[in-house]
Parts: sequence; structure tokens; C-alpha cells
Amino acid sequence: MEVASFVSVEAAIPDMDRPRDIRSTTREVITEYVTAAVVALYTVILLRMVLDWHGLFGSILIFLLVFLTVHYALVRQSTTKELATDRLTTTLIWSVGIIVVAILVWIFGFTALKGFKKFSWSFLTEDSRTASPLHDGGGVSQAIVGSLEQVGVAALVSVPISILTAVYLHELQGRLARPIRFIVEGLAGLPSIVAGLLIFTIWPKFAGVHAAAALGILMLPTVTRTSEEILRTVPDSLREAALALGAPQWRVVLRVVLPTAKSGLLTAAILGIARAIGETAPVLLTAFDTSIMNKNPFDGPQASLPTYAWANVRVPNQLQNDRAWSAALLLLMIVLVLFVLARAIGARGAKRLQGR
Amino acid sequence: MSFVGGVTGSVAPSPGIGIAPHDDVPIRPADHPTFGDRVFRLACVAAASVALLIIASTVIFLVNKSRPALAKTGIWHFFTGSVWNKAGNDFAVFGLLLGTLIIGLIALVVAVPFAVGMALFVNEYAPPRVGRALTGVIDLLAAVPSLLFGMWGFFAFKAHVLPVSRWLSDHLVALPFFRLSKTVGSPNFTGSSLIAGLLVGVMIIPIITSVSRDVMARVPREQCEGALALGGSRWAMIRDVILPYGKSGIVGATMLGFGRALGETVAVAIVLQGVRFQVNTHILEQGAGSIAANIFTKFGEASPIELSALVASGLALMFLTFAVGLAARRVVARTTRF
Repeated sequence: MEVASFVSVEAAIPDMDRPRDIRSTTREVITEYVTAAVVALYTVILLRMVLDWHGLFGSILIFLLVFLTVHYALVRQSTTKELATDRLTTTLIWSVGIIVVAILVWIFGFTALKGFKKFSWSFLTEDSRTASPLHDGGGVSQAIVGSLEQVGVAALVSVPISILTAVYLHELQGRLARPIRFIVEGLAGLPSIVAGLLIFTIWPKFAGVHAAAALGILMLPTVTRTSEEILRTVPDSLREAALALGAPQWRVVLRVVLPTAKSGLLTAAILGIARAIGETAPVLLTAFDTSIMNKNPFDGPQASLPTYAWANVRVPNQLQNDRAWSAALLLLMIVLVLFVLARAIGARGAKRLQGR
Repeated sequence: MSFVGGVTGSVAPSPGIGIAPHDDVPIRPADHPTFGDRVFRLACVAAASVALLIIASTVIFLVNKSRPALAKTGIWHFFTGSVWNKAGNDFAVFGLLLGTLIIGLIALVVAVPFAVGMALFVNEYAPPRVGRALTGVIDLLAAVPSLLFGMWGFFAFKAHVLPVSRWLSDHLVALPFFRLSKTVGSPNFTGSSLIAGLLVGVMIIPIITSVSRDVMARVPREQCEGALALGGSRWAMIRDVILPYGKSGIVGATMLGFGRALGETVAVAIVLQGVRFQVNTHILEQGAGSIAANIFTKFGEASPIELSALVASGLALMFLTFAVGLAARRVVARTTRF
């Protein structure tokens, strides 16, 4: 009875001797797609002219609806309902993929477009001492320095702790491993602003290191989790070989496991840093913001790229908004570079691991 | 002749594995920790305890800090009222809680179809190389700073949502939450829960996608190929094998995304331009708010009691997110088995 839910064999496979190819793109298929697309496009243009529409989302929605309906009808004419539904879902899911990629392209493109206006060498090297809402000039150097210092300190403290925690969870597997893993997973969902609130409650002064502490708290769960997965990919045979040669456990971990997992751990750290550098809320609550250069992370408010952008985007002033966009573009570029770097290192490491 | 610890021809205990009285009896290294082992273990335990320390200090310090405000307004009033009176020191966050949940729900409605579709796309429909590239694209979407999402949402995305809001309020009046609060005058569609929810929805697509993808990739291939061998189409295989198997994983992924949506701060703050603390179920209209956005915008000029109230609301948000995350992880672990 369950087989009846699938189509009858003869209708689905006209040629019983050739294996069925479910991914084929024959000429009929292309004709069907193109016809449906043309009809849908026509309909949308017509509706926009007749009903005087301007909405983008509405047009896309109508296009998709008409496209899918016409396409389904065309396919249904020549094949069975089962295959037509299959084709329908294929098209639908391809549309989903295209839309998500389009959104990403939209975000990147819009940021680049808006951010290029104020992007210049002086923007990167001067601080905002001379910047005013009415006159051009000044830059984000204080924000760049602030971001680098805060994220740098956060990574310096939090990454080793995370890696050691991952070692504890995977290599040592002590008695506290289960509760600690539970807590780490729980911390992963901590809203970033609560981390900022915590640090501000403990130390109610503004300083760069406080922002670093908040960022470190946010980095810890992600880096720990990723590191533990990386450690899991190191083959046990390596550990056992080292133990068999008489190495104590600390040697096995420090001299065999960690070097083997080096690139994966580096990837985890870089991804943690990429996340931390874009955080606004916790940094605002702990290091606030300033327009002058503050190279001392231990004392006084310190600017950062996200807080600079936030301060400049919330005012209805075109000049300041432009500055905010350039800062945001810089942030995006940094995140992109870190991301590509992480993937490159990760891919190289994975290849080496497989080659063993 | 023993090569244990590199010492040949001697049965003396070596610093390598500690005491080994007999050469031919296997020893368990874990039972004989060396000094180095002990130091190492201490360091690892200390590092692992940092997580414990963080959670403990969060609870202790934040509860302590929120006490003044809760004492002033009373816990019951704090969580059931909706008022933010700085002068009278009266703060209550029910409206904000509701607003947070509404934004989260709208985000889910948008994100889940796209995320599950994306996961299916990467796993089943895309050619392998495209699938890998797409995974990178999704992870990149997750890495974009939320500040940037907020700015893009305000300057680019919002303009396109406004016609949608107008259409919904004109044509779908049957649904109560699409109605407007006043019937005369031009309604204000900016700064609505819908816009914030849609934006946050885009932001949580990556996390739901990656967890769903993981879960759906674990379906035993024999089952999938069995469905195809019985003459089913690709959609039939997905519908009858992959989705039933991955159902609880997808639900868990959705809940994880929901938790993330609840905590979203900056993007919501930028796109709402002003946090409203009243109860507002008209999602198309201006007048939305979330706890996190409230804390973020009011932090700069908060009086001590107000700060205490903000901390209390943040604590409530934290517990809410923890609970959702905990339930989510349980559900993901319960992936169906045939």
C-alpha cells in the first residue's frame, strides 16, 4: 500500500532499460522554464502599469506565484502529478537559494555603495578630534585603535582559556565535564547586551579592558565549542602512539594533539575574533565612546568601530551618516578578510589531516 | 630490555609514565599522574571553571543590581505592567516582554521556510561545489555585524517593507494583528514590529540553516536511495524520508534561532528608532520594543534606579533565552530514528 504513494512505474520511467536521471536538463525542461518566466514577467509588468504599483517585494511575490503556477501547469501536461510536484519543489527551493544569496549581495553592495563616499586614507589615520557635524574632516583612527586593542586583549585572554577548556572537555574528560559543557552551551545563547551589563555592574567605569572582558565572555562559548569539534577530528591513533611511546598525558596534548589541530584551532580563534569585532551593545556599555584617541585600554572611555558607527548613524545628519557608513564598510571588510583567512587556514589544515 | 621512557636496560621508574614495577604488566597512565600531569590538569580545570565563574557572577551580580528597582515597584508589577516613568521611578516591562516575543515570532515565520529550503537546497539540490560555496555564503551572512544589518535594514530594507505593511493593513483586516489602531489619519508604518521582525528573521536564517543542514545530512543514505529505488521522485524522497527523520532537528534549530532572535539588540534598536514600552499587538504600526533594544537605548542616560530596572529586564531576558536554548538542545538531541 505504501508503494502506491509513489507513481506507477510505467508512467514515471518511459524507458525502462535506461537508469532514470533525476537531474537532467533537456530542451523541454528549458522551454518550460523560459515560457513560465516570460509569462510571469509579463504579468508583473502589466499589473504594475495597470494598478500603479511600486513595491519591490510585491512584484517579486507575484512573479514567483505566476511563474510557479504556469510552470507547474506546463509540466503537468506532459508528465504525472508526482513528477510535476517534484519539479515544482525543485524550482521553489532554487528560488529560495537565489533569494538568500541576493539578500547577501544586496547587503554587501549597499554597504559598499554608501561607504565609499568618505573612505580615504585620512579617514583611516586621523581621529575625530576635528570632526564636526557640519564640516568635513577627521577620521576613525581612534575607533580602529580602540577596536584592535579591545578585541586583541579579549582574544589574548579568552582564546587560551577556551582551548584549555576544550582540552579539558575532550582530552581529560573529568568529572566536571558534563556540567561545564552544559554551561558552555548555555553561555552560547547569552544575549550580548547582558554580557555588557554584567561587566558594567562589576566595574562601573568605562575602560577598554572592560569591553575586552565582555567580548571575551562572548567569544568563550563559540571558540570552546569549535575547538572541541576540532580536537575530535584528531585521530585517536596519534594519541595512543604517543602514550605507547611513554609520553605523559600533558605531553601528548601539548606536543601531539594541539600541533595537529593547530590550523583548526586557529580557525576557531579567527571566527571568534570576527564575531567580537562587530559587537556593538556590550562595547557601548563598557567602553562607551569618545572622539579622541585613547591608546590606554585601562583608563577612560575608548572608541571602537561599531560604537563610532552607532553614534554617527543615529543622528539625522547626512555628513555623520556618511561617516558611519564608511566605518561600517571598514568593519565589513575586516570581517570578510578574517572570514576568508579562517576558511583558507581551515581548508589547508583539513587537507593535511586527511593526507596523514 | 625496556624502552619505557627511553631508558634502556633498566627497570627504574622513569619520569615518563611513573612507577612501573613490572615490565610486562600494562600500566594505566591515568592512574600514575606525573607532576607535569598534575599541573596540566590544574590549568585545564581552572580554565574550564571560568565558564562556571561567568555564570555564577552573572547571576550574583545582576540579581544584586536589580534588587533596588524590583523592591521599588514590586516583582509582580514589574513583570505585568507596562510603564517607564523615570521621574516617578516606576518601571514595568510586560509590554517590552511581549514586544520581544512578537518580534521573535515574526522572525521565525520569515526565517524557517527560507532556512529549511536553504538547507534542503545545499544538501540535495545544489551541485557539490555550489553547495560548499553556499555554505560559506550562509556562514558569511552569520558573521555580518548586527549593526550593519540594522543600518541596511533602516536605509534599504525598510523602504520596501512599507508597501507590504500598507497592503496587509488594507486587505487582510480579518486578522486582528494586521489592523491599525486608529482609523482616521495616515497610519505610521515605520518602526513597526513587522519591520524589526523581518530584519531579525533574515539575521537568524544562518543559524537555523546550519543546524537543519547538519541534522538532515545524518539521514542514512540507504533509506534515501531506497525511496528513489522504489520509483519516487526527489521530492518524494525528501518528503517521506528526510523530513520525517529530521523533523525534531528542524524544530530544535527553529528554537535556537528563536533564542537568538530574542536577544538581538542593535539591529532592532536602529530600525525601531525609539523603543515603546506599551503593549502593542498592531504589528504593522509604529510602537514596537524589545527588552534588549530598550536597555541599549536607555543605558546612556539612566538614573541609578532606572539602571537597576534595566538590569532586571536584562536578567529576565537572559533567563528566557536560556530556557529556550535548553529546550532547543533537548529537542535537537531527540532526532528521530527509524
